[in-house]
Amino acid sequence: MEAIQTNAIDAFTTIFRRDLKLAMRRRSELVNPLAFFVIVVSLFPLGLSADSNMLLRVAPAVLWISALLATMLSLESIFRSDYEDGSLEQLVLSHHPLPVIVFGKIAAHWCTTGLLLTLISPALGISLAMPTENLGILLWTLLLGTPTLSLIGSIGVALTVGLRRGGILLALLILPLYIPILIFGASAVDMAMHKLEVAGQLYLLAALLALSLTLAPFAASAALRVTLE
Amino acid sequence: MMKFIHRFASPREFFRISGRLLPWLASLTLLLMLIGLYLGLLVAPPDYQQGESYRIMFIHVPSAWMSLFVYTVMAGAAAIGMIWRIKLAHVVAMNSAPIGASFTFLALVTGSLWGKPMWGAWWVWDARLTSELILLFLYLGVMALYAAFEDRRTAQRAAGLLAIVGVVNVPIIHYSVMWWNTLHQGPTVSKLDAPSIHLSMLVPLLVMTVAFTLFYVVVLLMRTRWEIIDQERRSNWVEEFLEQT
Repeated sequence: MEAIQTNAIDAFTTIFRRDLKLAMRRRSELVNPLAFFVIVVSLFPLGLSADSNMLLRVAPAVLWISALLATMLSLESIFRSDYEDGSLEQLVLSHHPLPVIVFGKIAAHWCTTGLLLTLISPALGISLAMPTENLGILLWTLLLGTPTLSLIGSIGVALTVGLRRGGILLALLILPLYIPILIFGASAVDMAMHKLEVAGQLYLLAALLALSLTLAPFAASAALRVTLE
Repeated sequence: MMKFIHRFASPREFFRISGRLLPWLASLTLLLMLIGLYLGLLVAPPDYQQGESYRIMFIHVPSAWMSLFVYTVMAGAAAIGMIWRIKLAHVVAMNSAPIGASFTFLALVTGSLWGKPMWGAWWVWDARLTSELILLFLYLGVMALYAAFEDRRTAQRAAGLLAIVGVVNVPIIHYSVMWWNTLHQGPTVSKLDAPSIHLSMLVPLLVMTVAFTLFYVVVLLMRTRWEIIDQERRSNWVEEFLEQT
């Protein structure tokens, strides 16, 4: 029995490492959100114009909305494959607190999507004619904002995982909840480009992150218990 | 107290009591709505700036208030249903969603009709309009999730959970959007000490608000009764009731 009696932190690290390993085994799924991000961003110059002044004005919004959509489309991977092979049910039944397990899965999801999106965003910022001194703030906002996107998104996926076609429904449930993050994230980058103070927005993004860190794993676990029963 | 709540929350008792209350509530709603419309459309003086067109306020403002009120009731009822496992609370929560969505839609449409002569545009991306629109999206999300599940109990609990998550987000969304952009006129009634609205306009507004609230209660009772009959159609008392009618 001793081998099974692990504590909550062990449960977290085990799930976290398991999900990371699974993501590394499916490289193409790892690359898909990034490719989506790059493609959507590059559609905007094609649709608007190649004029760099115009691109500069829309760059914060384009980068943020594209990152948001890329995250949203990757959310299903948090629970979907585990639901399909039945291991999610086993995780729910385990004696470890479910929020800890869910939190481990969310953390792994962020490391394989949000973090990577953040890391490639400066390159896309440059392609939209953003000045290099503003790329730092873009990195900061995405670094503070994308974990919140994964956390809130986990609630939506947990609610829809039992449904056969949850994709479009997931967008309907989650996008309204993403609005505050979009507002603070995009406006911080926009204001930094106008040489204005942005500490306020960064604090608000951090506050939203703290709030969702504390509440979202519990809400997602409650949702899993509802939909899996 | 809890005993009384549990007795009232039993579908059968609820059906009996609500059946007696309903005609009274419905007549009171109709009466108040007629009084409110009479006072608002015929008695209240035209506005010194906005002329006659401000009169749409007597529909617009109560529906905007109701849109938020119904959302709170929905989330509250969903929470009650989750915590104390009261079936009736889930039914109330899920039947509030379409009514609330209709109030939100009404507030948006009347606001748009009011905005055209006042601001010169049907729609502006103003903070309050935008948060009302987002509220409509939140309602639609709850309704869509409720419709997506086959099993009614799972659907009620999943959509109820989403309503609770939404109610945590409503203030955050509201203030983030407010901070983002505002053009809407400031609140004129909530300043309780000295409302910056004349009594002849305030009275019909409040009458209309009470009438709208009662209207919500009436429609909610009707929808809930219908769903109780549907849910309990195999129990004896429903069969007895249906034989009587």
